[in-house]
Amino acid sequence: MSTISLHDTHNHDSHDDHGHHKETFLSKYVFSMDHKMIAKQFLITGIIMAVIAMGLSILFRIQLAWPDKSFPILETFLGEWAEGGRIKPDFYLALVTIHGTIMVFFVLTAGLSGTFSNLLIPLQIGARDMASPFLNMLSYWFFFSACVIMMSSFFIQTGPASAGWTIYPPLSALPTAIKGSGLGMTLWLISMVLFVASSLMGGINYVSTVLNMRTKGMDLWKMPLTIWAFFLTAILGILSFPVLVAGVVLLVFDRSFGTSFYLSDIVMGTQVLPNEGGSPILWQHLFWFLGHPEVYIVIMPALGISSEVISVNSRKPIFGYHAMIYSLIGITILSFIVWGHHMFVTGMNPLLGGVFMITTLIIAVPSAVKTFNYLATLWRGNIKFTPAMLFAIGLVSFFISGGLTGLFLGNASLDINLHDTYFVVAHFHLVMGSAAIFGMLAGVYHWYPKMFGRMMSNKLGYLHFWLTFICAYLVFFPLHFLGLDGVPRRYYAFTEFEFMQKWLTVNVFVTWAAIIGGLAQVAFLWNFFYSIFKGKKAPQNPWGANTLEWTAPVEHIHGNWPGEIPTVYRWPYDYSKPGAEQDFIPQTIPFSETMSSNMPHDFEGNAEAERIQKEWEDQRDADEKTKLD
Amino acid sequence: MSLRKFISNKTIAALAVIGTAFANTSAFAQAAGAAAATAEKPVDMGPVYKTAIFYVMAFLLLCLFIAIVGKALKVYELTREAQDKPKGINWNAVNGTLFAIFLIVGLYGVYWEYTVHGKMILPEAASEHGKKIDQMFNLTLIITTIVFIATHIILFAFAYFYKHTGKRKAYYYPHNNALERIWTIIPALVLTVMVLMGFLTWRSIFYKIEDPNNKPISIEITSSQFAWAIRYSGPDGVVGLKNYKLITSENALGIDFKDKNAMDDLVADEMVLPVNKPVRLILTSKDVLHSFYMPHFRVQLNTVPGMTSYFEFTPTITTEEMKAKTNDPKFEYLFLCAKICGEGHYKMQKKVRIVSQKEYDAWLAEQGTYLNDDLRKQFNMPVTAAPAPAPAAATAPADSTAADSTAVQTTQTALKK
Repeated sequence: MSTISLHDTHNHDSHDDHGHHKETFLSKYVFSMDHKMIAKQFLITGIIMAVIAMGLSILFRIQLAWPDKSFPILETFLGEWAEGGRIKPDFYLALVTIHGTIMVFFVLTAGLSGTFSNLLIPLQIGARDMASPFLNMLSYWFFFSACVIMMSSFFIQTGPASAGWTIYPPLSALPTAIKGSGLGMTLWLISMVLFVASSLMGGINYVSTVLNMRTKGMDLWKMPLTIWAFFLTAILGILSFPVLVAGVVLLVFDRSFGTSFYLSDIVMGTQVLPNEGGSPILWQHLFWFLGHPEVYIVIMPALGISSEVISVNSRKPIFGYHAMIYSLIGITILSFIVWGHHMFVTGMNPLLGGVFMITTLIIAVPSAVKTFNYLATLWRGNIKFTPAMLFAIGLVSFFISGGLTGLFLGNASLDINLHDTYFVVAHFHLVMGSAAIFGMLAGVYHWYPKMFGRMMSNKLGYLHFWLTFICAYLVFFPLHFLGLDGVPRRYYAFTEFEFMQKWLTVNVFVTWAAIIGGLAQVAFLWNFFYSIFKGKKAPQNPWGANTLEWTAPVEHIHGNWPGEIPTVYRWPYDYSKPGAEQDFIPQTIPFSETMSSNMPHDFEGNAEAERIQKEWEDQRDADEKTKLD
Repeated sequence: MSLRKFISNKTIAALAVIGTAFANTSAFAQAAGAAAATAEKPVDMGPVYKTAIFYVMAFLLLCLFIAIVGKALKVYELTREAQDKPKGINWNAVNGTLFAIFLIVGLYGVYWEYTVHGKMILPEAASEHGKKIDQMFNLTLIITTIVFIATHIILFAFAYFYKHTGKRKAYYYPHNNALERIWTIIPALVLTVMVLMGFLTWRSIFYKIEDPNNKPISIEITSSQFAWAIRYSGPDGVVGLKNYKLITSENALGIDFKDKNAMDDLVADEMVLPVNKPVRLILTSKDVLHSFYMPHFRVQLNTVPGMTSYFEFTPTITTEEMKAKTNDPKFEYLFLCAKICGEGHYKMQKKVRIVSQKEYDAWLAEQGTYLNDDLRKQFNMPVTAAPAPAPAAATAPADSTAADSTAVQTTQTALKK
């Protein structure tokens, strides 16, 4: 009931805007409150951050591949951090740390959720805009400030934070322990607080929009899986991100005000620190209470996007729509009680290790269900390989490959020997890194026409996909074996250990694959930015999709739809329905217009509708009989 | 008509581009040929390959090449379209086929990885609990490999077989409860088995019942940036107390010598352990988090400042045996740091030697105590009163065989206690 009144006010708002305000450059492109523009802002900032983070990874990959070669060009750009053309050990750690932070938080959380939740929630549920456009704008600008502050740490004397992206104290708390724990870490913490604020504002907005502003007929069980994924992701974020802030605040206190939340019994050199009674393990509990849901915050939107893309391009309904939603809900709930699997070997009570192992392996069940449902969706499909579809298939492949190694790491006993080795690096770069970024790219290719009103080049998309897909496997697959040989992660060089020498050639190979994979992104960047201006004009519904966003005009207007918001009559996955003329039936088509393709379960037990359908079918049969006679 | 015009313009442009590219390359080739002919000495390209600009140019050239190929494809497709012929390139078929090729090449790649890189991994576990871990690892590996291969075959085969042809309609198949139940229950069952095995193994590793006849050797490990310190319990079998507040440059571990148990604690530069004897590691850290990691023994536990953690294990293969098993005369066990701890993280290591009980006893007798004259002064102890023969052995290891054997005896009796 409140839904309707909300719509009305929004209707008025948008008309008022058009009537009285002239949009300036500032209000349209910079401090925009339009969800579509904010989505684009998130996306482009995310892409820029991704390029930066990828550049950082290439830098440290170069160090790993050629630990004793000098690259004068590095000194030109990095100055004393790469004196003599070789990256220094503390800067190496800074690179690793900032690469991880940017990728996890700025690219795969803000870049992914921020972009597609903003773009698709109002468009796919049929709303004029977000519940609070102003909060939405703030959310972007907090995120932007967080990015700027994080990057600014590259321009200070002591360098960026370098205690790893998980910034475990005491290393992160003591500037004497590592240079990056000076001002660099302070900036990291400030940046993270702003980021969490941004993510909360976004999340609250997404949840309230999904709950309150769905158009007529759009009940929860008619929402596309993308919306379900964004919705549950937002809930996860709202519940877990504040815990990180709590942790961060305590760390700020320890660092700046002499408290001892995480510090105890520490001697730096021969200097005995006064802190007593704290525990470094506490940080790990707080961090991973966010940190583990965080990896689902990263992967769930990607899964939602790929569900939609796979269904559209297979021209088939997603297999097991309800199971997909229940498994998302299952993942959401379980993700809160598995954080301890990051801490099996911290020395916490072994009893906890056992408990967390059980919950962790349970979460594999809904993940397995999702995978099998994707495969069943492809079965007997009519698959159109758009670039988006290629990336979605790539996601499924990565999700399987990376997910399966999770069974090793989630098992506390096996984790003893795999913890903090390259096996972990390989595992999460496949299941969370590559899979999520492929989901994001699938989303970009799929909804680009909706965002910019133009098409991207398919051929460049194919090139981009194949190079990236192959290179990602070439980079991450061999790393498993380094881990199985006991090579720990975050090692500056393998030169100090006899047994690691044999992996040097593998490192060279992996680095070359990473460089080629990195260069392949130029194909995407060119395609993306060139097509904004010169791409082919997009048709109304380029992929023949059912969801609501494709009924909105190609030209963006404030309020999304001219006139009334369309009403929804059916679920979003009526592809290739037998008896229908076309191989898709948009959500806005009522059942009365598709009598020939209606099925009994479409009516969800509505007796009146079933009676009408029955009458129509009897009539048809009678007609056919007379015709035959 | 305008379309025609457009095409012809584009065609001409593309052809021109291709033409120039060809002309250029051939010109370059000719020039190079001429250069080779005149100057017999090959030009040293070494410095050129080291410059960044070389790679930038090479990349730009590659981009140009891709652009030309792209244009050529476009021209081809547009001419087909203009001539009302069926579409030039069926990209669905191309991508479907590429997936099939990727599957086959990928499967071979996986096989290659398993056999080549798979041979380079750690040798068999050299500890009792490690064998259980290895068994479980192998079981998990078999299960996951089967699922990995099967699902990928299905995924890419579906991509190949069900590619869009325009001739058929997809099969409307929204759900099948029986099927969904099957693939919920089967993974759940398999996972239950794995959870149970993992849980039991985990408990057997961390909940050890002490055998009074086979008491473990206590060894304390202290990590700091970026070194490991090893402290053996000495003849009394107990590692003495320590207190971080006592740490000075002389007393680097902050050992509290008021505790009698600390008096005979031995300092060691490497970890030497007798084979088949339980070892209880006492793990502590002086400054930041480190992780004590002995890959060959499947032992890892973080060292945490302010918290002591314990890991008990039994080595089962001596260094010499492992040298023979791995066919590597240079093989050494070691332990290293696996938790990021600062700029020297990549260097933290210590050698581990697993030897026979006899060799161990001999080695142990040669180790000196932590307590020395400087520390005695500090703790107001009489400097002259040497409490045990151990320091004598340390100061003069080759003095007399008699001193050595007595030392060994005392240590042995201490261990048997």
